[in-house]
Amino acid sequence: MAYFLQQTINGLTLGSIYGLIALGYTMVYGIVGMINFAHGEIYMIGAFVSLIAFAVLGLFGITWAPLAIVLVLLIAIVFTGAFGWAVERIAYRPLRGSFHLAPLISAIGMSIFLQNYVQLLQGARLRTLPALVSGGVTLFRENDFEVRISTIQIAIILLAGVLMAALTFLIEHTRLGRSQRACEQDMGMAGMIGINVDRTISLTFVIGAALAAGAGLMVTLYYGSVDFFIGFLAGVKAFTAAVLGGIGSIPGAMLGGILIGLVEAYWGGYVSGAYKDVSVFAVLILVLTVMPTGLLGKPHIQKV
Amino acid sequence: MASGPSLETPARDHKALRNAGLAALLTLVLSIPFIGIRLDDSQGSNGLAFRPQWVAGLVVVVFVARLVLDQTGGLAAWRPRFPTGLKRGLRLEPPVSTILIALVLGLAFAFPLAPFASRYEIGLATSFLIYVMLGWGLNIVVGLAGLLDLGYVAFYAAGAYTFGLLSTHFGIGFWLALPLSGLAAATLGMLLGFPVLRLRGDYLAIVTLGFGEIIRIILLNWSDLTGGPNGISGIGRPSFFGLPFAATAPNGGTTFSKLFGLPFSPLHRLAWLYYVILALALLTLAFTSRLRRLPIGRAWEALREDEIACQALGLNPTVIKLTAFSLGAMLGGLAGCFFAAKQGFISPESFTFSESAIILAIVVLGGMGNQLGVVIAAAVLVGLPELGRSFAEYRMLVFGMAMVLIMIWRPGGLISGRSPSIRADLSRFKATGPEVAP
Repeated sequence: MAYFLQQTINGLTLGSIYGLIALGYTMVYGIVGMINFAHGEIYMIGAFVSLIAFAVLGLFGITWAPLAIVLVLLIAIVFTGAFGWAVERIAYRPLRGSFHLAPLISAIGMSIFLQNYVQLLQGARLRTLPALVSGGVTLFRENDFEVRISTIQIAIILLAGVLMAALTFLIEHTRLGRSQRACEQDMGMAGMIGINVDRTISLTFVIGAALAAGAGLMVTLYYGSVDFFIGFLAGVKAFTAAVLGGIGSIPGAMLGGILIGLVEAYWGGYVSGAYKDVSVFAVLILVLTVMPTGLLGKPHIQKV
Repeated sequence: MASGPSLETPARDHKALRNAGLAALLTLVLSIPFIGIRLDDSQGSNGLAFRPQWVAGLVVVVFVARLVLDQTGGLAAWRPRFPTGLKRGLRLEPPVSTILIALVLGLAFAFPLAPFASRYEIGLATSFLIYVMLGWGLNIVVGLAGLLDLGYVAFYAAGAYTFGLLSTHFGIGFWLALPLSGLAAATLGMLLGFPVLRLRGDYLAIVTLGFGEIIRIILLNWSDLTGGPNGISGIGRPSFFGLPFAATAPNGGTTFSKLFGLPFSPLHRLAWLYYVILALALLTLAFTSRLRRLPIGRAWEALREDEIACQALGLNPTVIKLTAFSLGAMLGGLAGCFFAAKQGFISPESFTFSESAIILAIVVLGGMGNQLGVVIAAAVLVGLPELGRSFAEYRMLVFGMAMVLIMIWRPGGLISGRSPSIRADLSRFKATGPEVAP
């Protein structure tokens, strides 16, 4: 029981990270109808920018953890958002209306490019960050087993919650959110009634990238290490989360992220650590073949 | 992007300046984290190195370039113009094309006999031909049938491991294992393809990626069977119709060099490997060129162009996709079997997603569905790293960007337009009606 609870806590932490990345996939899919394959790379860039920002803040002597984390979050959002914007502008916007696989191939190209860009400029080595936040709370102990939730896990879950709440507010109560919902329903019609479709799509990518930057910061804090290749696996897992929750659905992405985090933690804890990535891929294949609309998604009707 | 025709020049200049300023600002933001600041190990655990001059240079270049672009009519004017002759695809008339094909084939066959062909050159040509064959195999799936397969390397691995296991456990030779490898990969393709081929294009891509990774993780962790990360070593080498390539044959048999009265040289085996993959590649070419003209090949291309129309015409998309998928898988398996024989050693490291991405890049850059394009793209991919170490480092960077640019400028690929192999000759029906009617 205690072990189960511990895995649940670990799974929730991982799941909130996946959920944040999954939001980027689901928002883009909802509006443009494409899989932004380079989104995993955007998250990797977010993690790297966080690492660099921590080092720069260290030069200025800002090491008090809460302040440093908030500042790094802001820095990471700005820079990663710029990357999100540039990726859409360069690789996707010119392809709107091209044949249906063109944006995906372009996205794969972009993903290869970004991975190698970071590798060439920062080196292929695993980068580490000394633990900024330590400590935690022991919830209870059962025999010899301690159920602990570390401070960093609490911070990650809280931060994810805050970002998700901010996104929900943005989608439901702001002008931009209204434009996004309009574009999702009918892009052509939205353009006709005076919504700047290009701008809305660009900002969707920026928001997705900002959330991925948050996830990148969290993963840097949680694992303390980053390399240029982390985007691939995290990207596939987050995409699985988005599909499981029902792609295009924002609460679905959060739910899917948490479920995927839990599946991975339980599988790793109970079945086999070596095959924990297989569990996620298996979920992806199962969901897509058995239930392609996901848990909260709308059925997809193919039109001529 | 292009500033529209404006009557007032000052306003236009103002706009151009603003655009250039924005582009420069974006460049500044994009270049600070990775180009401007670098994590540097020589300065302690997380030391930093700064390169402000690079950032400044880049910003100035972008600012000027954007200004020039605006004055010269925007990005559209800079779009590369491809010769009109290439628009319809590179088509040569029979006498020229026959001579050209004969020339290329002759060169390919004579290559290992040339005096400059050493161990290194033959090895390079062999790996080039492996990529060509993989490209042609994936071309069936991606280029002809329009199914984006991101896990093609799984079938390559299946072929390689089939031969590896058959050779080390049962001592089965290359020639017997070759069809078995193809069969194993094709079966795997069927098994994987059957449940997922009903999916839409982009979902299919992600699912195949998942399959590719699952296969790799299984190869990595099922140590009892596959040797885990250590892989399989000591895989048998192909023989020359039963004659081994060695200085002395076991239990007194004849070797290749003895039979032909040649002094023993390790080059013989490499040259033989080269001829084997050349034959396999040519076989693949002949096979796919034939298939394209059969009803099944036409069905692939029809499906690529419009799935709903195909269904309306009574074609069964799942079955048609399955044939393309498993035939592509079979060719991948054959290439994998050859790869295992060439290396004598295989491990999961050779079968990562980046390998799938490289093969896909070859097909996409060559122009999906185009056979000649695959050869050229494979030559560039294998050739680039040979130009120097820095080229090897930048290879994937360039390929990634090239994939994006190709999709923007010429989604049909560099060489050919994305045209169906078979086209009804409608001109017959237009001018002279009575002649058509029997």
